Amino acid sequence: MSRPALYGLLAEFTNPTDLVAAVHKAREAGYRAMDAYTPYPVEEVAEALHVHDRRLPLIVLIGGIVGGCAGYALQFWTSTIDYPINIGGRPLHSWPAFIPITFETTILVAAISAVLGMLALNGLPTPYHPLFNAPRFALATDDRFFLCIEATDALFDEQETLRFLQRLEPRSVSEVEP
Amino acid sequence: MSEPGKHTGPAGPTRAPVIQPGHTFGSVTDRISSVVLSERMPRLWWLGLGVGFLLVTVLLVAVTHLFMKGTGIWGVNVPVGWGFAIICFVWWVGIGHAGTLISAILLLLNQDWRTSINRFAEAMTLFAVACAGLYPILHLGRPWLAYWLFPYPNTMGMWPQFRSPLIWDVFAVSTYASVSAMFWYVGLIPDLATLRDRSPSRAGRVIYGMLAMGWRGSARHWHRYETAYLLLAALAAPLVVSVHTVVSFDFAVSVVPGWHATIFPPYFVAGAIFSGFAMVLTLAIPLRVMFGLEDFVTMRHLDNMARVMLATGLVVAYGYMTETFMAWYSANPFETYMIMNRFGGPYSVAYWSLIFCNVLMPQLLWFRRVRANVPLLFVISIVVNIGMWLERYVIVVTSLHRDFLPSSWGMYSGTIWDWATFAGTIGLFLSLLFLFIRFLPMISIFEMRTLVPEAEVREESP
Repeated sequence: MSRPALYGLLAEFTNPTDLVAAVHKAREAGYRAMDAYTPYPVEEVAEALHVHDRRLPLIVLIGGIVGGCAGYALQFWTSTIDYPINIGGRPLHSWPAFIPITFETTILVAAISAVLGMLALNGLPTPYHPLFNAPRFALATDDRFFLCIEATDALFDEQETLRFLQRLEPRSVSEVEP
Repeated sequence: MSEPGKHTGPAGPTRAPVIQPGHTFGSVTDRISSVVLSERMPRLWWLGLGVGFLLVTVLLVAVTHLFMKGTGIWGVNVPVGWGFAIICFVWWVGIGHAGTLISAILLLLNQDWRTSINRFAEAMTLFAVACAGLYPILHLGRPWLAYWLFPYPNTMGMWPQFRSPLIWDVFAVSTYASVSAMFWYVGLIPDLATLRDRSPSRAGRVIYGMLAMGWRGSARHWHRYETAYLLLAALAAPLVVSVHTVVSFDFAVSVVPGWHATIFPPYFVAGAIFSGFAMVLTLAIPLRVMFGLEDFVTMRHLDNMARVMLATGLVVAYGYMTETFMAWYSANPFETYMIMNRFGGPYSVAYWSLIFCNVLMPQLLWFRRVRANVPLLFVISIVVNIGMWLERYVIVVTSLHRDFLPSSWGMYSGTIWDWATFAGTIGLFLSLLFLFIRFLPMISIFEMRTLVPEAEVREESP
């Protein structure tokens, strides 16, 4: 690492097929600290990068259970303990009447967990990221596909990695300032 | 710009395509984002926003007068205590439902034709729910105390009555509004990043940049994003059914003839989807012409929406038949009287108009030639919207105006202030919709990219 002041090297491709092939070759060459950037979700890229994150469904499940229990508990406690109203001797714990709101709070808290969980796991909002320094990176939200091998990778060497990326026949390779 | 499109995808579908051939990632991005990023808007946009804004001022006048005088300015009185406020509330909530149906249920069913209409259908949901939410609050009499509806520890030592469908409604509609807003915003994040990267002005880059929250299309992010989006869709799908079910409980849990019916929840949900698809067509047909988006909102979309309208219209017709059948089969004199009063009573014109609008008119959609005739489709969609409003009018007014005791019978009609408020909410809806079109992409850009033939990863790697 001659210049540790580099975030990584960014290769640009024009279609998803080339990007997937490049990711496979980079994995074969031993690179691990890398990420791909695409203008729409490409399942094959995530597979090639071995991205397996199963935490979000669990977060949403927990959110739903908490929401449902809290909604029911609120109704149970207010209707039977804190503010019991006797209406013609009807039961205070009238559970069928509590189901609609329990359902709504389950959905509400689960949905909030899904959104906040996704943002938190993705580290968003990210006001600053080195990749935004790369001039061509703006095309990642338009029609280009990028592979970035990061300087933190054990195998990263500015010259060596540059030569490796150029062999993948990208449209361009650029350095990313941190 | 990118190379011309390579047509390597599978053989084209037998029906009209969901995206016109020849598009590339770049052309999809350009065409959709140019509506937002262009300096000038078409004359029709100004006309639409102008009409909408004019009607918003009508709403402001009507609401100001209401706040000064109280609900006495409306036509509601004993025995019809639920007038326009509930009619329009149910109508607007119902319209919103197609947005969630298109974005959530069709996503789960893997229907790729939803892609070009889901964004503005979701926006339509949000704005329709905003209009709907106004009515119960305005109807409270003391709208500044609306927060009493929510359970919070207060000095009065009281809690809401959780056994009341009206409180269920508060939870259902506020949950629906929140989840719809989150679903819509999450869907927007990648497109906001596109706008951030393409906006020519600094203000645009800063504002879209903040809203995009630093989205950069990382494969790891996309992986969690898609999981979150699918989970939200799976949560929104039962939610949309529950919301109109709870709205129908406002009626069905009572003992009023014509309301106390088990058919109400499914019949209301079908009616909501029916009117919602009608509204999507009413909006999509002019918008695709106004902004030249016929490549993305194709005849295939219009045809499919017409089919959904026909199917849900038949469910609604079945609901009307069941109401009539139960009135006879129950042998309950009050139920029988209620239906005879609908057929031949003072509001029979409204009843037969709704049968014409909701049952007879949609039968034209059986014909392929009608579904391919855009102006006719537009007219049918407006007729259905009117019909669904009349349906709620008939349900609310005919059941209340002659209940059990003839001594308490009465007549109801909306006053000028009822109509002004209704016109005002239409204006609010139009204004929000036209502002949305101006500032946010009305079609999901990143999802449209997945429909481009190049988007598929080919098996043989170079």
